[in-house]
Amino acid sequence: MRLAALLVLALAAAFALSIAFGETMLSLGQYAQALSDPGSPPGEILFAIRAPRGACAALVGAALGLAGAVMQGLLRNPLAEPGVLGVSAWAGCAAALAITLGLGAMAGALETAALLGALGAGGVVAVIAARFREPETLILFGIALAALGGALTALVFNLSPSPVTTAEILSWLQGSVANRDWSDLPPALAPMGLGAALCLYAAEGLRMLTLGDESAAMSGLPMARLRVAALVGAALLTGASVSLAGVIGFVGLAAPHLVRGAVSDDPARTLAPSALAGAILLTLADLLARVIPTEEELRLGVVTALFGAPLFALVAWRASRSWRA
Amino acid sequence: MSAALELRGLTVTRRDRRVLEGVSFGAERGEMLGLVGPNGAGKTTLLRAALGLQRREGGEVWLGGAPLERLSDARRAFLAAYLPQERRVAWNMPAEDVVALGAVGLPAHQALAVARECLEQLEVGALARRGVLDMSGGERARVLLARLLATGAPLLVADEPAAGLDPEAQMLILERLRARARAGAAVVVTSHDLALAARACDRIAVLHSGALAALGAPRDALSPKVLATVFGLEGALVDAPGGLVLSARRLTAQRTPASVDGMAEASVAPRAGEPYA
Repeated sequence: MRLAALLVLALAAAFALSIAFGETMLSLGQYAQALSDPGSPPGEILFAIRAPRGACAALVGAALGLAGAVMQGLLRNPLAEPGVLGVSAWAGCAAALAITLGLGAMAGALETAALLGALGAGGVVAVIAARFREPETLILFGIALAALGGALTALVFNLSPSPVTTAEILSWLQGSVANRDWSDLPPALAPMGLGAALCLYAAEGLRMLTLGDESAAMSGLPMARLRVAALVGAALLTGASVSLAGVIGFVGLAAPHLVRGAVSDDPARTLAPSALAGAILLTLADLLARVIPTEEELRLGVVTALFGAPLFALVAWRASRSWRA
Repeated sequence: MSAALELRGLTVTRRDRRVLEGVSFGAERGEMLGLVGPNGAGKTTLLRAALGLQRREGGEVWLGGAPLERLSDARRAFLAAYLPQERRVAWNMPAEDVVALGAVGLPAHQALAVARECLEQLEVGALARRGVLDMSGGERARVLLARLLATGAPLLVADEPAAGLDPEAQMLILERLRARARAGAAVVVTSHDLALAARACDRIAVLHSGALAALGAPRDALSPKVLATVFGLEGALVDAPGGLVLSARRLTAQRTPASVDGMAEASVAPRAGEPYA
């Protein structure tokens, strides 16, 4: 509970920072004006540009943090992340295809395509998971699925009609929450909420899987159902994230590890704190993307990868303990 | 009262290879049954098939008087608990949290109390808060056995619970399982240590190439003939001050003086006049 309270406070602080700071520096007077009159130009910057963007980053971060914790618990692997089974690759591929087909301008088409791509891959993985219990087998299938998704995306690039389309796809794939406004959030909330509910439903099963498939199967929990719930839940969360912000790496990998020690390594109790940690991480990453003075604003996926890669190495270092055991 | 476990003509095929062929026996409550046999005899497959973790081609399995197929996951968990041979644990959870996984359905604080009690029984109560990946193999084996005991199931099935442990820990583990049998549970345990199994178990089932080769009191089931035909050993179980020991040598290798009882009886006390190191 103390951990949750601490994380909620940290998230509130990160969110406040992400509203207060950005590309445009405001004077104290402008802050005062924004607070007294949200309709004023400074108020617009804070509440109509930065706030929805920050909320979007927090939401996507939370979804990825939760999905990452679920995948790590399900696959019993500290290096698993939301995209490990190919879900984000297929979401990205579907979105790339939608852009190429000229659907990018149609409201919600891109988002729907990404979500469908994720669900398609998630469905394939769920069918495979019902047949093969071993996490290693599932990971191998996932790698194949991800590689195929990546290859198809490359094919879309290859056949893309114009350099403009290619640039559009590339930029989208790198992930960003720039220019997101409040109206973008509700369509993503439904799949995310459903995904989160499925993941929390599966939490007990993830904890039981700590001792392996057979102990879990003998625990009396409906493991077959919980396993599918976890997979579909994680796919919904990941797909909705990609539909909202493109492909963003490392948050789903790192967030569970940041909180795991504080919950005694319990995979079930890792879920909610991991979602909060993911929200904090991505909110701060998006803030960095905005305030780092570069000619062209840094893409969110680039920032998380730049800061995430060293963290990934650290995580691998620490996780090696469980492989030796 | 119906048997805790009843196998009738259990047959299992894996990848076109017949692993078990018409195996029938049962385990009563209050009894400790040892399942022994050479590597690859089908012991683990038998346990897994008996619990519904492995598909079977033929035969029937009854748990607590009901056919396995008719049991829900929850009911099966209520009737039987399983300790796999594999001791891998995915996350570094504290020992008591791992053991509490056995006490499914209890409120958290009660499950934790049961867990601590079971850890005490296995003499690792002091390690309750230590992460299972920060433990030695022996400590972890005790924690995992404590998880099995914490289920309180009327049928406890343990696959090689004592393998790879020091002698004292092996004896402790079998003692605790035996205590559960005395308290009314049926215990089925596999072991490669024939003397250890013979000492701890009420009955021994000997599995050989997927078929039941012998079943009965330890001395009868592990007769010199069975030792020879099933295990390729020339020798017998013999009485020693500490209980039964196996005195045997390999049938083919004449030069191997594998007299286990000789070792068991070897004095570890220093000779007269020799100071303790």
